[in-house]
Amino acid sequence: MTLSDLDRRTLLRATGAAMLLGAGWPAGASQPLFAQGGAALSGEEITLTLSKGHLPIDGKPAAAIAINGSVPGPTLRLKQGQQLRLTVINELDEDASLHWHGLLLPFQMDGVPGVSFPGIPPRGRFTYEFPVTQSGTYWYHSHSGFQELMGAYGAIVIEPAEGMPAAEQVLVLSDHAFVHPAHILHNLKQDSDYYNRQPSTLQGLLQGQGKPLAERLGWAKMRMDPGDISDVSGAVLRYLVNGHGPQEGWNALFTPGQPLRLRVINAAGMSFFNLRIPGLPLEVIAADGQDVRPVSVDELQIGPGETYDLRVTPPDSRAYAFVAESADRSGMARATLAPAAGMKAEFPPLRPRPLLTMKDMGMDMPKGSSMKMTMRDGSLAPQVAMGPGVDMISAMPMDRTGDPGVGLDGLGHRVLTYHDLLALNPMPDTRAPEREVEVHLTGSMERYMWSMDGKTMRSAHDPLPFRTGERVRVTLVNDTMMAHPIHLHGHLFDLVTGQGLHAPRKHTVTVQPGGKASFDVTPEPGDWAFHCHLFLHMAMGMMRVAQVRPAKDMQVHPA
Amino acid sequence: MRRLAFIALTLACASPAFAQDHAHDAPPAADAADPVGTDQPAGSASAPSMAHNRAADRYYDPVAMARAEAAMMREGGGPYGAAVLDLAEYRLNRGRDSYEWEGEGWVGDLNRFVLRSRGEGEVGQKLDHGEVEAAYSRALTPWWNVQAGVRQDFGQGPARTHAMVALEGLAPYRFDVLAQAYLSDRGEVSARLEVSADQRITRKLVLQPRGEVLLAAQDLPGQRLGAGLSSAEAGLRLRYEFTRKFAPYVGVNWEWLPGRSGDLARLRGDSANSRGLVLGLHGWF
Repeated sequence: MTLSDLDRRTLLRATGAAMLLGAGWPAGASQPLFAQGGAALSGEEITLTLSKGHLPIDGKPAAAIAINGSVPGPTLRLKQGQQLRLTVINELDEDASLHWHGLLLPFQMDGVPGVSFPGIPPRGRFTYEFPVTQSGTYWYHSHSGFQELMGAYGAIVIEPAEGMPAAEQVLVLSDHAFVHPAHILHNLKQDSDYYNRQPSTLQGLLQGQGKPLAERLGWAKMRMDPGDISDVSGAVLRYLVNGHGPQEGWNALFTPGQPLRLRVINAAGMSFFNLRIPGLPLEVIAADGQDVRPVSVDELQIGPGETYDLRVTPPDSRAYAFVAESADRSGMARATLAPAAGMKAEFPPLRPRPLLTMKDMGMDMPKGSSMKMTMRDGSLAPQVAMGPGVDMISAMPMDRTGDPGVGLDGLGHRVLTYHDLLALNPMPDTRAPEREVEVHLTGSMERYMWSMDGKTMRSAHDPLPFRTGERVRVTLVNDTMMAHPIHLHGHLFDLVTGQGLHAPRKHTVTVQPGGKASFDVTPEPGDWAFHCHLFLHMAMGMMRVAQVRPAKDMQVHPA
Repeated sequence: MRRLAFIALTLACASPAFAQDHAHDAPPAADAADPVGTDQPAGSASAPSMAHNRAADRYYDPVAMARAEAAMMREGGGPYGAAVLDLAEYRLNRGRDSYEWEGEGWVGDLNRFVLRSRGEGEVGQKLDHGEVEAAYSRALTPWWNVQAGVRQDFGQGPARTHAMVALEGLAPYRFDVLAQAYLSDRGEVSARLEVSADQRITRKLVLQPRGEVLLAAQDLPGQRLGAGLSSAEAGLRLRYEFTRKFAPYVGVNWEWLPGRSGDLARLRGDSANSRGLVLGLHGWF
């Protein structure tokens, strides 16, 4: 669809209604309609401009922020070993920034306002300059205000120094609303269940759906809903592939029998996606830009901030459906892979909404155990500041890196877990961690509060201190019933999954509800943002600064 | 987190690690018994202390950095707010139809300023009794808030002013509870307890059982109520959520005026008990 297909009156009507709903800004001559998906940019000098306008989603314009006039912004196609000078121009009326998600660079080029640089003022510009030392699939996005939720993101593809170019497609998955993200947050603050349009009902009980009565009462007693999978759902979000809504879809071509590399990036603000191509196995060949030993699966979950490279080899000349179903099954992003233009794939219906279990509450008791567990025993996590913002402490948090994600157990086909990932090359730093840092992911569903160790970014001005070059194990304990994709800026860490020297290297790790995940890391000097990549969770305060300083500058803590 | 016994010991443990060239070490010859890489357990070296400075100040204007950091710290801190209409209804009652409302507005986040109003009257008559409350609400636990404020009465009776304390929140099994205690400018002591629960029948239909009792230490002539258990109400409302924010409802409501309140009602020639069909609107924005 082209922009001229849009009826101007429809446009004005839609934006008028959108304004009433707090959608951001009116349509006008100065408000361009953005393109869906940007061109590729390469070279050592690149300029990116942030501006506001509207993105047509399935023909209906939504207020958006674009980079170089498109959502997603241009794909940066870089070469390992090159130098890069990126000038970012801010045409917005508010401070802006761009962060290079997953890139290893000097911290002052990382692009987080207030942590690594001052931000870019309205109508100002900033030039980022750093060498490109790695290869793989990464992405970039704004780290200011609600800009990432409104379209300020794009893909980064870095070719290895000695690379064989192959047939490939970049798929940027995202979520976009027709209302302003601030309006979504306002609704969640009044009613944290506002967007859960698949709650447990009496009708479901009578029809034998969902949980039996005794279990429902147990959840009601805890004041929790086992159907609470996502804070923000398809009730308000449209799920996009390269800026295209589900009705439109996005199309890519393949040659039957030839392998095709899909570089999948989850740039969504608030959505986990379950990826599958019915009838085609997915060969996972890289995670977060790092090569892994190829592993073949039928489905995988990708959290916000993660990237996966999938190799597919469609054997015959038919159209295949690329399905990215939101984890709460409230909608899907769609792409069609076909041997010729204009072919249509059959998309499967949405599957039934999954339900949480006691394991997701960190209370997976062995059968017949007589242990009495409470939902909120602060003595189990002395470092957590117990208060109104912490509604749960996992009584028995298990390492859940071997679990595929909520609702993906027992599907009868192969679903990826972190345990299936083995780094192609052994890890560079093989030392044992000298110490372990535990960080609890905490929150209060009812109040829509999110924090680390019971303290929000605002209430804990204290950073997480590290020594430059030390080897540290970071263990994340999820004391909430939601999965959190935790991202450490400027580092690749080694997930502790029993793979020894071939631990998968990542920059973002999803910690399953009520579970634990550990990684080993060698901190790089500087201040680095460390946060949940569910955007509103970060905004609410599930974030810290990882403060890395030379050992000589840091006193030892008195024990 | 492991507690450390001796700093000296931990320093001794940690120093070989510092001495090593980090990264690119040839992996030790692994035999099956020796864990390697991420399979190795973590040691118990001490954590470094925090530095109270910004690394970025070495590269950028510290004033601009301080401003950006303050702005980031403010992000997501609200204030938020909403206006909620719990009840706004018309009560059909054998030719003596009445109306009632109850709602509140709040602004803040964890701790809030709350403005609450409720009232009732007979159709075609002057407003019988109305209240406006202003309170500060402080979070106590993830589910409970404690509130303190003032209430002003208006309507037919004397315009009393009360001091108010309240406990508001969500009880186990998801019961919404509001328990309030009042002391009026005439020294009258009273209390009110409201409990309701939302039971989803279907995605759009919600059944809400609701109960309310009023207690008083003495007669409350302003509200035509007697001492003791002054009044009790029970209702069942079925609402249809066109959206979560716009939900008309239909229901039944019972009211009892027991004891002294009942006597006062009979003296006025009113009935001490009533039952009525209610039609109303629930919503918020």
